[in-house]
Parts: sequence; C-alpha cells; structure tokens
Amino acid sequence: MNQRLKFSIHLIVSLLLLAILIILSIRFGANKNESSTVFNAIFHFQKNNVDQQIIRNIRIPRVIGAVLIGVALAGSGVLMQSITKNPMADSGILGINSGAALMLTVSFAFFPHLSTQGTTIFSILGAAFTSILVFVISSLKKSQMSPTILVLSGMAISAFFTAISEGLALLLHLKQDLAFWHFGGVSAVSWVQLKNLGPWIAIGIVILLFLAPSMNLLHLSDDSIKSLGRNINVIRILALICVVILSGISVSLVGAVAFVGLIIPHIAKFLIGTDYRQIIPLTLILGADLTVCADLIARTINPPNETPFGLIISLVGVPFFIYLARKDGNNA
Amino acid sequence: MDIIETKDVCVSYDKKLTIRDLSIRIPKGQITTLIGPNGCGKSTLIRTIAHLLKPSKGTVFLDSQNITQKKISDIAKEMAVLPQTNNLANDLTVQELVTFGRIPYRKRFASMSNLDHEKIDWALEKASLQDLRTRRLSTLSGGQRQRAWIAMAIAQDTDTIILDEPTTYLDLTHQLDVMLLIKELNEKEHRTIIMALHDLNHASRFSDQLIAIKKGQLQVSGPVQKVITQQNLRNIFDIDAKIIEDNSKPMILTYDRWRGETV
Ligand SMILES: Nc1ncnc2c1ncn2[C@@H]1O[C@H](COP(=O)(O)OP(=O)(O)OP(=O)(O)O)[C@@H](O)[C@H]1O
Ligand SMILES: [Mg+2]
Repeated sequence: MNQRLKFSIHLIVSLLLLAILIILSIRFGANKNESSTVFNAIFHFQKNNVDQQIIRNIRIPRVIGAVLIGVALAGSGVLMQSITKNPMADSGILGINSGAALMLTVSFAFFPHLSTQGTTIFSILGAAFTSILVFVISSLKKSQMSPTILVLSGMAISAFFTAISEGLALLLHLKQDLAFWHFGGVSAVSWVQLKNLGPWIAIGIVILLFLAPSMNLLHLSDDSIKSLGRNINVIRILALICVVILSGISVSLVGAVAFVGLIIPHIAKFLIGTDYRQIIPLTLILGADLTVCADLIARTINPPNETPFGLIISLVGVPFFIYLARKDGNNA
Repeated sequence: MDIIETKDVCVSYDKKLTIRDLSIRIPKGQITTLIGPNGCGKSTLIRTIAHLLKPSKGTVFLDSQNITQKKISDIAKEMAVLPQTNNLANDLTVQELVTFGRIPYRKRFASMSNLDHEKIDWALEKASLQDLRTRRLSTLSGGQRQRAWIAMAIAQDTDTIILDEPTTYLDLTHQLDVMLLIKELNEKEHRTIIMALHDLNHASRFSDQLIAIKKGQLQVSGPVQKVITQQNLRNIFDIDAKIIEDNSKPMILTYDRWRGETV
C-alpha cells in the first residue's frame, strides 16, 4: 500500500476513535445522561439544570483535559525516545514527572496562594531541572549509555524525588491535597486550568511538529548527522525544551502519569513505520485516545467511585515495559 | 594538490592524548589508506579530518582552507564519511537509509528533486542493492548492511569519500566487490578516497598512498612500495612478513610474530 494512503487511513481511524471516545466520555460517568441532555448542555445551556451543569462544567473540561494530557505525554515520550535513542525513555520513567511533582509539592507547601500559572511555572522548573540532571548523568559516560542504565538512573531519581515529595507532604500535612497527584487523574480539571495551560501545550505541540522532519535524522549516529551537515544539538535543545514544557504542564494538570509516553510511540511506529513526519501526528492522536479511554474506564468501572486513572494506564503500561525490557535484553 | 592536510594535530579524549603532533598530507584524486594496529588512532584521525572531532592543538586544512572556518553544511557537500560502527538505523529500509545521503543538498522542508532520485538509484545500483531496497536493515546480513551504508555515502555525491574499515563483516568476495567499487569511484569519477583498512594486501593493492600510524603518531607515509617493507612492518605491527611483489605492488605471503628489537 502507498505509504501516504496508509498514513491517512491510520490518522483518520484514530481521529474517529477519539471522537467516539469523547462522545462516550461526555455521556457516561458516575451518572448516565440522555443524549439530549448532552446536546442541550452544549447548544442550549440552561444555568439551573444540574445535569447540564455537570456536563458543561465538569465532564467537558475533564475530557478536554484528558485529550491534552494524552497529546502532551505521548508527544514528550516520542521526543525523549528519539533524542536519547532509547526505546524505553518516557518522561515518567526517566523521573522528569516526579521532578515536576516535587516542585509542585514545594509550591503548595511554601506558596499556598500561588495562581495556576505560578504553580505551573514551578512544575515546569521541576521538569527542566530533572531533565538536565538525567542528561548530565547520561552524558557522564562517553560511550552510548545502555537503555537499561539510563532507565535505572531515571527510576532512582524518580524514587528519590517522590520520597522527598511525600516527606514534605507528611510534614506539612498536605497529604489530602496531593494524594490525587500521585495517582494522577483528570477529575479535577477545570475551565480555568484549561485556559491557563492550554496555550503552553499548544506551544509545545507547535515546536514538536516543527521538529518532526529533523527528528528523522535521529535514526543516525551523531557522527553521521554531523557529516551530513546538520547540527543535531540545536534539534536536541529544542526537543528538550519541548519535553520540559509538555511534561511540566501535564504534571501540573493531572500529576505524574507514567507509561503513556512509553507505549504510544511504539504503537505508532509499529503501525506506520519510521518516518517521524508521520509518527509524530499519529502519536499525538493515539496518546489522546489512550488517556480519554483510560479516564472513561476510570470513572465507569466502579461507580460512583473513581478508580485512579494513572492506575489504569499502569495496568497496560507495566506489562508493556517488561516486554520492551526483555526485548532490549535479548538484543544486547 | 592536497585535498587534506593536518598540521601538528593533537587529539585527546577527556584528558588522554590519543593523537600526537600528526602532520600528514592527503593528495587529491588518489586512494590513501590509513594502516596501524587496533587502537592506534585511525578512527580518531578519520573523525578529526572529517571535522567530527576538534583537535586540542593544530589545524586541519580542507582544500587549503582551515576546516574550522567552513560551514558544516558546506563540508557535507565536499566529503562523505562512513563511520566504523553503524549499529543504529536498523528499523529503516535500505532505500530510506540511502536517501539520507541527499540531506546536504536539501533545504529543511523541501521535498526531493529529480537529481536526488537519480543519485539514490545510482548509489543503489553501484552497491548492487536494487533488489534489497525495500528491506529493513535489521533483516540484512552484516555484509549487505555494510553495503547499504556505503551506498549512503555514495549518494552524498562528494569529491572526497572517507571510509573507516569498509570491509568489516564481509566475506572474501564481498570484500573484493567493495574494494573494486571504491577503485572504480576513484578511477572513473576521480573521487578522492581516504580509508582505514586492516587487510594490508588490500591496502597495498588498491591504494596509491599509505599512512602508517602507531600509538597515535605517524610512523611512515608515502607511496605503497615505500611503506610496505619488512622493516616498517616490524616497527608498526611487530610482525615479520614475507613480502613478494605482484603487479608491482608488495604483497604479504605469510607472517610471524617479530621477536627481535623494533627500531
Ligand atoms: N570515544 C572515545 N572515548 C575515549 N577514548 C576513546 C574513544 N574512542 C577511542 N578511544 C581511544 O583512543 C585510542 C584510539 O582509538 P581509535 O578508535 O582511533 O583506534 P583505531 O586505530 O581506529 O582502532 P581499530 O583498528 O580497533 O578500529 C584507543 O586507545 C581508544 O581506546
Ligand atoms: Mg577504528
């Protein structure tokens, strides 16, 4: 089959899937709604109808939040995997999410009256700091670091930061505020947050799409790229900025959710091959598919209780991770 | 006319001095081969003249111009480099890999020109890869993979081609094919070839000039006949070689470990 056609079909199917998931998500939750209620909530909103209010003020922002998170996490995952040339990289696994979460805890603990924008900046700073740490660690060894070692250092960083976060939370009695951050979930996403954070994600996605053609070079070694006359460091730095923005934002929105960024790029590559101009858009949409679906399951599996959304993703993510680790081990 | 010249070049990894005060000249339009034991610095020298490593001291000249004053995008149109280890890109198909060779000629978002397609087909044909063009590198044998990488360097269509051990992994026949291909690129198209080889008989048969390196220093350089001598081989490789002549080029018939003193 023609590669372009194949790509278009995959893109359309995953978009359709996303549309269906979004509609289901708005309709089903702890309480079911008639289609007409959903329709009215969007097009003929009545302020004092409780069902419509739930849909308009809770469900819809929540679904949009899930879409944005999926896009952001999958986008930062695909970048991490290609710039570290490491199939197991993911902002969660490399500890970047936990760095952002730590800085969020710090902001809650010491600056409790900060605005959403303010806490987001803390979160992004945490992500930036941890990314730099991970890259310094991975470049200490001159030869290419093995995927497993990079992942292990990331996990150590992650465990360390999570421990500090929890310690702080315990000491300062923040446990309640932070509990949901550790599991991750989009239940609390509000319109205000979306308005504040949406533009950041948009910036991240624009950089990402702009980088897509250059990402193809990362199939080659640094020597080969340079001898083809391209400067890979510029691409690396832009990609890193993009990762930092995307993972910082997603943590401040839903907490540290791992594995989306790990799984989705692999699925996209499995489906359409090696061209990042196609992999990246597909990755973004499939990421949204996964998070919207996970969120839908999270709130319908055991109503009226919410199952943590991060837990559902880990349920798929952990076996996948083990599979990748085994595959990597066999190649070595 | 020299295409490349190094002047008192020193290269270090971290703080370890790997190449010491190396001054060499590589003539244009000829085949020049670097020889020397494992770890003597051949790859390091290749990476230095290809502007992939910065010397800690000294200067590299490309076409009589200090290479640091050239843009890397221009250098990429003058020389192509095949590194010694190429273990990445295994998910790509042969054709996708060879297409990378055209990057120096393409603006960031432009699509490929007719010339690009022509050069890619030509490179695939030269490397006898037409039948394998849609295969993924991970499904190829070591030798086929090596040919794909060579094809990428050919597609770059540069006057100078630098190859670090292009015949590793290849069986006798395919080694010969690669060497003949390199010779053809040199003779028919007047490309300058710079390579590192371990097979001294190939080095002797296919090169015009040899540069022998030992422990990061220049041991001897010049026309093949001057370099491949019993005394030089003792000094460079610690071997005692029985050398005969074939087609006016020295050939090593057999060799033993040298047990005497090196000079
Ligand atoms: N990236 C690196 N970091 C640190 N040291 C290195 C690096 N690459 C090579 N070296 C060291 O520099 C010296 C020269 O290595 P180089 O690869 O240039 O040798 P070579 O002549 O190409 O050997 P071979 O025939 O095995 O390919 C060796 O001692 C090697 O250990
Ligand atoms: Mg070498």
